[in-house]
Amino acid sequence: MTATRPNVWFKLAACRGRKFDKLLGGSIPALALLGVLGGSVSSPAQAAALLGIDDARHLLNRTSFAASPADIETFAALTREQAVDRLVSWTGKPAVTPPPSWMSEPFESLRRFRGMSPEQRKLALREVFQKGFELQSWWLTEMLVTPSPLTEKMTLFWHNHFVSSQQKVRSPQLMYRQNALLRRHALGNFGELLHAVARDPAMVIYLDSASNRKGQPNENFAREVMELFTLGEGHYGERDIKEAARAFTGWGIDPDRGEFVFRRLAHDDGVKNVLGRSGSFNGDAVLDILLAQPQTAEHIAAKLWREFVSPEPDPATVGRIAKVFRESSYEIRPALRALLISDAFYEPRNRAVLIKSPVELVVGTLRQFSFTTGEPLPFVLSIAQLGQNLLAPPNVKGWPGGEAWINSTTLLGRKAFLDRLFRVEETRAMMAAGGGMEPPKVAERMTDGRQRFLRAMLDVQFDGGKWLSQFDDRPQLLRQVVLAAAPVQEPPADAQGLDLIRHLVQDPVYQLK
Amino acid sequence: MNRREFLNAIGAASVSSLVPGPAFAQRAGASYDRLLVLVELKGGNDGLNTVVPYADFAYYQLRPRLAVQRDQVLQLDQQAGLHPALEPLMALWQGRELAVVQGVGYPGPNLSHFRSIDIWDTASKSNEYLTEGWLARAFGAAPAPQSFAADGVVVGGAEMGPLRGGVRTIALTNPEQFLRQARLVAPAGQARNAALDHILKVEQNIVRAAARLHGNHVFVTAFPAHGFGNAVRTAAQLVASGAGVAVIKLSLGGFDTHSGQPARHAQLLKALAESLVALKGALTEIGRWDSTMVMTYSEFGRRPRENLSNGTDHGTASAHFVMGGRVMGGLYGAPPELARLDGSGNLPFAVDFRDLYATVLERWWGVDAPGALNGRFAALDLVRA
Repeated sequence: MTATRPNVWFKLAACRGRKFDKLLGGSIPALALLGVLGGSVSSPAQAAALLGIDDARHLLNRTSFAASPADIETFAALTREQAVDRLVSWTGKPAVTPPPSWMSEPFESLRRFRGMSPEQRKLALREVFQKGFELQSWWLTEMLVTPSPLTEKMTLFWHNHFVSSQQKVRSPQLMYRQNALLRRHALGNFGELLHAVARDPAMVIYLDSASNRKGQPNENFAREVMELFTLGEGHYGERDIKEAARAFTGWGIDPDRGEFVFRRLAHDDGVKNVLGRSGSFNGDAVLDILLAQPQTAEHIAAKLWREFVSPEPDPATVGRIAKVFRESSYEIRPALRALLISDAFYEPRNRAVLIKSPVELVVGTLRQFSFTTGEPLPFVLSIAQLGQNLLAPPNVKGWPGGEAWINSTTLLGRKAFLDRLFRVEETRAMMAAGGGMEPPKVAERMTDGRQRFLRAMLDVQFDGGKWLSQFDDRPQLLRQVVLAAAPVQEPPADAQGLDLIRHLVQDPVYQLK
Repeated sequence: MNRREFLNAIGAASVSSLVPGPAFAQRAGASYDRLLVLVELKGGNDGLNTVVPYADFAYYQLRPRLAVQRDQVLQLDQQAGLHPALEPLMALWQGRELAVVQGVGYPGPNLSHFRSIDIWDTASKSNEYLTEGWLARAFGAAPAPQSFAADGVVVGGAEMGPLRGGVRTIALTNPEQFLRQARLVAPAGQARNAALDHILKVEQNIVRAAARLHGNHVFVTAFPAHGFGNAVRTAAQLVASGAGVAVIKLSLGGFDTHSGQPARHAQLLKALAESLVALKGALTEIGRWDSTMVMTYSEFGRRPRENLSNGTDHGTASAHFVMGGRVMGGLYGAPPELARLDGSGNLPFAVDFRDLYATVLERWWGVDAPGALNGRFAALDLVRA
């Protein structure tokens, strides 16, 4: 299964002009509305100007997993609004990668571990682990091949917001369903997403909602929904959590079907006082109370800022985005659009100030340099080793990100990964030369795991000559495409071709976007 | 690539400019020339079968199959005795260099491996999520001397644990491999923003550490021939290199003994004990044992009542070891109160794990503990003046 990434933007470029405008306007009528909502954030002078290479690269690197030169050139010829409209309209599609085969099998009851002997249990857990791994591979493949990187970036954003970990959930099928849910709503409506996530079975397990019963409340979900999902710390009291927990009592799942159920007898239907309001609220009513708080829009807008713009939210712009968010009843697209066309997004002081996550580094490199890959195993492992074990964030707060991505181990790991990647062709040649054996024969002599890993590495291909030929007549573009800012260390004057690429990707600036 | 080649490759001149002289620019009182060796027993070590309450009838009632028999335990006093596989540690006990702290835990215990080790690593409350490790916070407030190769080194594995979030921390399996990888890092220039500044600082720390590390000391002491023995050898070589390190973190995995516990647990405890005795031997050779404190920790202990699979499930409070040339040996904390189990059949704690951390910070290093631990905790009186 060798997958070459389809270059969709490149294809779209072919229908630039009237045809594309029609496609855009016709497919999403809401875009006209988006223009009204977001328009005021960008300065009028910018409205007509074309992005140019630097702005296009900046926009694409922040909203996708690094961009190919062709994509950058396509976007360079658009205005801010055209470019951003194209990005945000091309989202919200289901994954193009078929799910692991076991998703079409009957649901594996969550109760099946009970009554197993220790040996059976061990085997069953090993299978869960194996499937979890396949799920990670599936998602990574989707990130590599998706025609809509922004959809995957936002799915990952929500995965790190509405955190669940398969290490606790232990049901690959439920983890897949949650991932599909996050993707479906990735640029949809935040209120709907919140309501859906609250009753998502993986979340119900992850935050112990199932053990939250009348008279024996478990406050885990009620606490996190306020602290992390909506208001943010400091905007509620312990009392609010206790009261809200009562409203969520009775929420559970049917362990045999893996579906949300409401257990009326376990529900506390008494009067609750939450954030100054009182009534015999149920869980959905509490979520609506949280959504009605302006602080929720501020909290999410600031998080979007930190994801896309810089580590330091600018209160004025975040306030405007939050207003757009609230006034559209929490539609994510207009809020994101307003952020991406804002002057703040393009300010020089906000360039190259974000540290790439392990996913962004790995997937971005593979996509930007048009690597051909086989089984994604080595990349799933590398990303986990670099600190981002997909579908298993460290705790309910998710990956802290930013500077926390980089310590001596992970930085050395990043550099070693890039070094290996841009030497795959040498490695292949060396292995072919070794003992006159064909590379696959070397692999056949290895143990299972190592063999799979090696085979996968042998499937990784980089056509450096072809990739570099895009820059034949404009060598300066190469740097502009690869680095978000000037390198810390000027590559040697005589470095060219693959050698120059290696210098650029080993530069500290390559870790930034 | 050997060390010399490495130094040439990265440019010896730039290395020397990054590594200041030996003069300690140190806050008054902080003494990071005292080493802390942390040993994480991964998976949740069974405290009750490590330090056995052999005089408590309830222990034998709760563990008809798994209990360590009275005539097998290595008696420490009239109530507590060590698992027989810990026999190598008895020399340290008799030399009054082994502190056994019973009942270490925290309020509102969490029984998930991931969450509970998170609590231990960050010294958080059980319902609080912190990002930085407790040692990273301590070094943030009171940095180790600039002349040190690193604040802390994690040996064998990239999980930084209590050092997570700290800038001057490195992880390595062995010094040679670290040096090999470090060739990809070149000492670099000026930062243009906070993110780049952070990356450049980490690069500088790698270069600094690489310039000072080597792993070629020859010890008379023999190290056990298993993974943990090798990790201990690496730790001893780090110390011998004189690189300057305040903390070394080691880990020994496999303590999640839900089934088939007796043989597995004995094997792990033996590996632990013989390796720690080798560490003492090696550090004594180079005159560092008196300036070393070794401390074990684990995400939780195990449930007092054995399960039906010849094993034990996740528990709460557990016993831990502190040892070193300046450690006052003896029993600390309180014996397990098997008559006072909680709703899930688990033990109450007697010593907050952050009391142990406060002991390290205040008594061993002389640095501020409440800042790093987000609160006041009672240091144990187990360090000799």
